[in-house]
Amino acid sequence: MNVHEYQAKELMASFGVPVPKGGLADTPEQAVEIAKQLGSDVCVVKAQIHAGGRGKGGGVKVCKSLDEVKAAAEAILGMHLVTHQTGPEGKLVHKVWIEEGTDIARELYAAVVLDRGAERMAVMASPSGGMDIEQVAEQTPELIFSTRLEPGQPIWDFQCRQLLFGCGLDAGQVRQGTAMIQALVKMAMAKDATLVEINPLAVTGEGKLIALDGKINFDDSALRRNPDIAALKDPTETDELELTATGLGLNYIRLDGNVGTMVNGAGLAMATMDVVNQAGAKPANFLDVGGGANEEMITKGFEIILDDPNVEAILINIFGGILRCDVLAAGVVGAAQKIDLQVPLVVRLEGTNVEEGKRILGESSIQFEVAGSMSEAAAKVAAVLGGAA
Amino acid sequence: MSILVDKNSRIVVQGLTGKEGMFHAEQMIAYGTNVVAGVTPGKGGAKVLDVPVFNTVAEAVKETGANVSLVFVPAAFAADAACEASDAGVELAVVISEHIPVMDMIRAKAFLNARGTKMIGPNCPGIITPGQAKVGIMPGYIHVPGSVGIVSRSGTLTYEVVHQITEAGLGQSTCIGIGGDPIIGLNFVQLLELFRDDPGTEAVCLIGEIGGDAEEKAAAVVAAGYPKPVFGFVAGLTAPPGKRMGHAGAIISGSKGRAQDKLAAMEAAGITVVKALGEFGATVAAQLK
Repeated sequence: MNVHEYQAKELMASFGVPVPKGGLADTPEQAVEIAKQLGSDVCVVKAQIHAGGRGKGGGVKVCKSLDEVKAAAEAILGMHLVTHQTGPEGKLVHKVWIEEGTDIARELYAAVVLDRGAERMAVMASPSGGMDIEQVAEQTPELIFSTRLEPGQPIWDFQCRQLLFGCGLDAGQVRQGTAMIQALVKMAMAKDATLVEINPLAVTGEGKLIALDGKINFDDSALRRNPDIAALKDPTETDELELTATGLGLNYIRLDGNVGTMVNGAGLAMATMDVVNQAGAKPANFLDVGGGANEEMITKGFEIILDDPNVEAILINIFGGILRCDVLAAGVVGAAQKIDLQVPLVVRLEGTNVEEGKRILGESSIQFEVAGSMSEAAAKVAAVLGGAA
Repeated sequence: MSILVDKNSRIVVQGLTGKEGMFHAEQMIAYGTNVVAGVTPGKGGAKVLDVPVFNTVAEAVKETGANVSLVFVPAAFAADAACEASDAGVELAVVISEHIPVMDMIRAKAFLNARGTKMIGPNCPGIITPGQAKVGIMPGYIHVPGSVGIVSRSGTLTYEVVHQITEAGLGQSTCIGIGGDPIIGLNFVQLLELFRDDPGTEAVCLIGEIGGDAEEKAAAVVAAGYPKPVFGFVAGLTAPPGKRMGHAGAIISGSKGRAQDKLAAMEAAGITVVKALGEFGATVAAQLK
């Protein structure tokens, strides 16, 4: 789960990480009020959306007067902000964060990340802040310093010193940075964050370290034990159908094609999307109905697929393991009885209780095509769509 | 021949008395798997499916000689259960549970590594040696004994490939679903090594997906010289970046973890890459026959 910059900064601040003072506004009037209270000569108005590259897209404005703050907030609120991470349609900005300007002498980078290969958390730092860190890693790997955390151990001071002296900080700044990194690690551990990123981490003209931006990804599997984090979720950041699916325990991701897919298992669901693509059609979604899905969930999943107006055909691909084919078949029939199914349906069933599943489908009144293999299923879907795809 | 489990494996099921645990234990026993014990704290002394239930894994191991544990407990308790199995001295812990927090797995993996316990999963279908032992939730009937080893990050995708290989007239030595999480037990590289040393395995199939670099590492092992044919598939060519595709570990981060890069690494290493999943079985059969 991702959170907004302002939420990340508030959480970091609660763990003792220095961040600029600021406030959240959803109207230009509020923005001006916050700027007044900050009393700073320079304010920054920042669009709050879950995407990087906001500055380049016009979502971050430095303001030197209250009039400028008002104008910036008016321009940014309600805009569809397009960045390299939003797609061409952009993201609607509902809120802006107004914070005091910072006198920036240097921009660094710091992050706590999950290192999958090492099976550990790692801390990274770089003197090349304010840039795309992947680009830094590619072009100047010698400017990235990292250290791994031993499971069950704290991050030791020496590890922080290695990173921070590497970034060229002086002894006083290294002390500040050590406290900051230790706070970030503590926060990541306490709140099950698998990515905490500060980019840029500024060194001010006075030599103080301060987090100018903040990005945190939380482990979805740990949200249950972190209800305070789960409460930070912004539903407007997620596709409506995806939200509904999540509420039902379904893994659904909306795509831009016209073939709705319902599959059990994430890997098979991805492979089904790929096969649809190879057959010359485009998948409208990823939908993994999962192992523990029951008839009701499958019915809902079906409804979600059909709620997408782009869907012109549906491909159901089930290999029954935990989820038995008869359970799925009953779900399909249940859904079809509730919904007036207007689009062609291709079903491919294999696995546990497959004969029973096929019998349930066969005895129902649903019109559908049966496919024996995945390639055949995808070819049939592409064929029913004809040249429409 | 096989790797990791066979007819002599003695299985303890952690979470045997739960609904899913009981359903799958019953299927395992019907398959002929040697399920010797169950563990549910507080239900020691009971019998389920004619299998004795113990309060602790240590007790189960002591009383029944169990050497493989199958973990079927809810995610919040699964890392603890794996550590308990390790501490009790089982050789292999197979963790089916999904949605275990990453921080828990990091600590549990270190605990198991320190005791030399192998782990499969979490978030996986388990492991099966056809005709001998089914330790997991896969449908048993699609497997037949044979000489193709299969390793996969996905559950149902494994069944798909197994089924195709069976339909193509071949069989499987051992099939392992290694799990879809970012932190897992045995990985492609370790299993390639086990299959290399297994005289009963003639070829290995690697079924990957987006996210991480497990496929690239496996490709490096094959590129360095691998004595058996290796077949590869990677799911997620059409997956959008930045989206978690069902599995916690299946995500393209920036430019990392993309299917096309994994396929390219496999191809460069001499792995026979199957691009159309529906042709997997036929491709393997054509080379082995």
